[in-house]
Amino acid sequence: MLNGTRRLGGLAIAATILAAACSSAGTSPAPTAATSATNCVTGSITAAGSTALQPLIDAAAKAYTKACAGATVTVNGGGSGTGLSQVVQGAVQIGNSDITAGSKLATPDANKLVDHIVAKQGWIVVTNKDVTGVTNLTTQQSIDIWTGKITNWKAVGGPDKAIVLILRPASSGTRSTYKKLVLSGANEATGGETLTEDSNGAITTAISKTPGSISVIGFAYYNDPANKSLLNGLQLNGADATIANMSTGTYKLAADGHMYTNGQPAGLTKAFLDYMMSADVQTNLIPSLSYAPAAK
Amino acid sequence: MSAGAPSIDRQAGPGRPSLHGKSSRGSMLADRVATAVLWGTGAFVLLLLGAIIVHFAMAAWGVVSPSFVLSDPSDSDLGGIFPLLWNSIYMLALTLMVSVPVGILGGIYMSEYAGDNAVTSAIRFAEEAISSVPSIVVGMFGLILFVDELHMGFTALGGALALTMFNLPLMTRLAEQALRAVPQDERSASLALGATKWQTIRHVVLPLAIPGLVTGVILTAGRVFGEAAVLLFTAGIGTPTHLNFGNLDITNPASPWSPFRPATTLSVYIYKLQSEGLGAYRNQIVDGSAALLIALVLIFNLGARFLGRVLTRRLTAA
Amino acid sequence: MVHLATPDRRASLRARPGFRERIDLPRRVVFVAAASMIGVVVLLLAFIAWQGLQLFLKDGIPITQIFSAEWQPDRMSGTVNFGLLPFIAGTIFVTVVALVISTPLSVGLALFLSEVAPQWAKAIVQPALEIFVGIPSVVWGWLGLTILVPFLSDTFQQGLVVSLPVLGEVFRAPGFRTGFSWLAGSLVLSIMILPTVTSVSYDAFRAVPQELRTGSLALGTTRWQAIRHILVPAALPGVLTAVVLGMTRAAGEALAVQMVIGSSPVFPRAITQPLSTLTSQITLEMGNTVFGEPWQDALWTMSLVLLVISITSVVLVRVINSRRIAL
Repeated sequence: MLNGTRRLGGLAIAATILAAACSSAGTSPAPTAATSATNCVTGSITAAGSTALQPLIDAAAKAYTKACAGATVTVNGGGSGTGLSQVVQGAVQIGNSDITAGSKLATPDANKLVDHIVAKQGWIVVTNKDVTGVTNLTTQQSIDIWTGKITNWKAVGGPDKAIVLILRPASSGTRSTYKKLVLSGANEATGGETLTEDSNGAITTAISKTPGSISVIGFAYYNDPANKSLLNGLQLNGADATIANMSTGTYKLAADGHMYTNGQPAGLTKAFLDYMMSADVQTNLIPSLSYAPAAK
Repeated sequence: MSAGAPSIDRQAGPGRPSLHGKSSRGSMLADRVATAVLWGTGAFVLLLLGAIIVHFAMAAWGVVSPSFVLSDPSDSDLGGIFPLLWNSIYMLALTLMVSVPVGILGGIYMSEYAGDNAVTSAIRFAEEAISSVPSIVVGMFGLILFVDELHMGFTALGGALALTMFNLPLMTRLAEQALRAVPQDERSASLALGATKWQTIRHVVLPLAIPGLVTGVILTAGRVFGEAAVLLFTAGIGTPTHLNFGNLDITNPASPWSPFRPATTLSVYIYKLQSEGLGAYRNQIVDGSAALLIALVLIFNLGARFLGRVLTRRLTAA
Repeated sequence: MVHLATPDRRASLRARPGFRERIDLPRRVVFVAAASMIGVVVLLLAFIAWQGLQLFLKDGIPITQIFSAEWQPDRMSGTVNFGLLPFIAGTIFVTVVALVISTPLSVGLALFLSEVAPQWAKAIVQPALEIFVGIPSVVWGWLGLTILVPFLSDTFQQGLVVSLPVLGEVFRAPGFRTGFSWLAGSLVLSIMILPTVTSVSYDAFRAVPQELRTGSLALGTTRWQAIRHILVPAALPGVLTAVVLGMTRAAGEALAVQMVIGSSPVFPRAITQPLSTLTSQITLEMGNTVFGEPWQDALWTMSLVLLVISITSVVLVRVINSRRIAL
């Protein structure tokens, strides 16, 4: 089951987290300035929301709390909607979201929140392995596939095989981002044949089992060697899904990852958000987990 | 009713050779076939359970080990599930701390005091109603009441209270049944000796009901242990870090003893891993955790039977 | 019943002088413990009903709209329409098929345990059923996802046809595109409700007086004839109760179903296609929506529908059981 690359991939991630933790503790000479991370504040906070951002914030929280005894940062998933609702309600200190508060919350609530953009996250269009000969989709081809105008892979240079669309639920941040950035707002074809799954895991399972299927998953999830081997990742308008291309904007299926606070942050919340913007996280941790640094 | 009554001329007792030809031979055959089918259902259930146990035993082979049970989750290798197992046990304890006493007291009322009146009927209705409410609805109720209205956030306490609501009717019902199983003579004898009703319950009925109560508590514990839908919205979904058991300050959310911290349990972790888990080992971890949960259910079951038997022997011998 | 109970109770009150004056503390404590369940139900009903009605009260959606078939909750995609019919139908369809699969099996098993099985067989099968009850729903979902879903899509790509020896082809459905489907959900549920339906039916069969069995056998019937013509009719209300309880459990199960059902928010058409239920839609969308937006209010309305279904089934069980007493 375990081949060399998977193990190496895992080790690389572990090494980076370790490096981040060590440098923040100030025990080893860090390549970049790590002074910001030594700003330790004691206390206990919870960040909840986006499952897409969870691996990153989780890893950052682990590194921070390792370096700062007396600080507890708990990271919960639950979805972007949960993150936004609960930070408005005051049940959590930080609400993590894939999408802007303004697009979800009522204006008075959205205005209470302060946005902290901590990373850029990408998505990638993936197909079943049997869709050979298709390595790229243009925006127009994507629109045609998602709106149901093209229903056979033949039309985009693939095998003579029906296209099975696997969608996210309409409330999904991934779906709305894809709709905005790639489909230019066109409505997806829904019908008895389309599958709806919310999680990257379920979509990966469904794609790998379903001939001719296509969907969109988080780039961080796709880049995990365990998943990559099951899927066919596609280019978008000829651009490869890479961290570099997301940073430059050449690959356009990428959006900001938000951490919202109710009012201006203070104490541990502020210290942790500062840490998220530190070189430890932005230059080391973020690329190792397949996110792109926050735009400056 | 008469439609169902067998007619005289179709007599064919099981051991008796048929005298009436075709129809009797037919009914004998039907009896044989039916018996075989009924045995088949029993065999099916056993085979299915056997297959599930073998499946998980095989899947867990090489995954579940003392270090898997006792170490922290890891990003790079198999790691362990200890903090999640701890949270499951902790939440169970927190839930039982409320539901056992309240359930037993409620059971006492239902078995010893409740008359045949509207209030009793309402309590019974409530008992049945809560038992039938879907767990996801209880979870949503917990979200709005504990997490939002009471501003608790995602906490072990909120999760445990939601679980308590879920568990209370079952506990009450079990306590009532255990108490009702105590022979009426024991009560009459105690009352005849001049004991008050409460003294009788406290010193005669309750001790005799203990084996039944213990078995009941352990069996319900198994169900609380595996519940996930109630906790999704109330106790949080995360990957807990290393637990520091030296921290005994229960008001500090960093302490594993604190009810005021988010607490992802093993069942919730399985749900999370299958939906968003990363890493080459995630399927092994889910298989290992599922095997562990099934093993715990088995242990709970056997333990309940064993303990029930031991207690009965002890108490009846004394 | 009522006529009998009232004078009875009055008599007992009169028999205890000073009843109202004496403060029986233990009695009060145990009463509060038992009555706390009424409090829980009232709270639950109040909160879920209040939240569930926001869609109509606050968002101004006409009640009739929830019975339409179009689920279009996203205001970014055009006019919103909160049709819950696909999910209500999904819940009913998945539950009904689960019952169709599970009931014969469970009732057969209950009959086996109560009428046929020797002591040693009972001593094995009954604990096995208790272990089934204890297996967590996420574990059932995981088994469904990793074993059942791939099995269905691999085996029935061309179509699902059920043929019986004499009747010929009785059922046909198009092949699975993916294994995530109505059938996968129903199969998982049928196993999950098996212990409930079995144990309640078993109690019903045990409650039939022994004289009816011996009487029937003495008339020379076979055991199967006794079961068919005497036992099953006598235990029918109990078996119906078992089925209703199984139905409630199936309709309310969330995670295991969500993991295998495919969650397509459309009206279910074929047993081999994905669909969505009330519970799976809540599981799927609760985390993506924000508190107070009509979209989430619609999810609360779904939970209110679930609550109404479960309370109705409790009432139904009561009605069935009161009939049994009348028999």
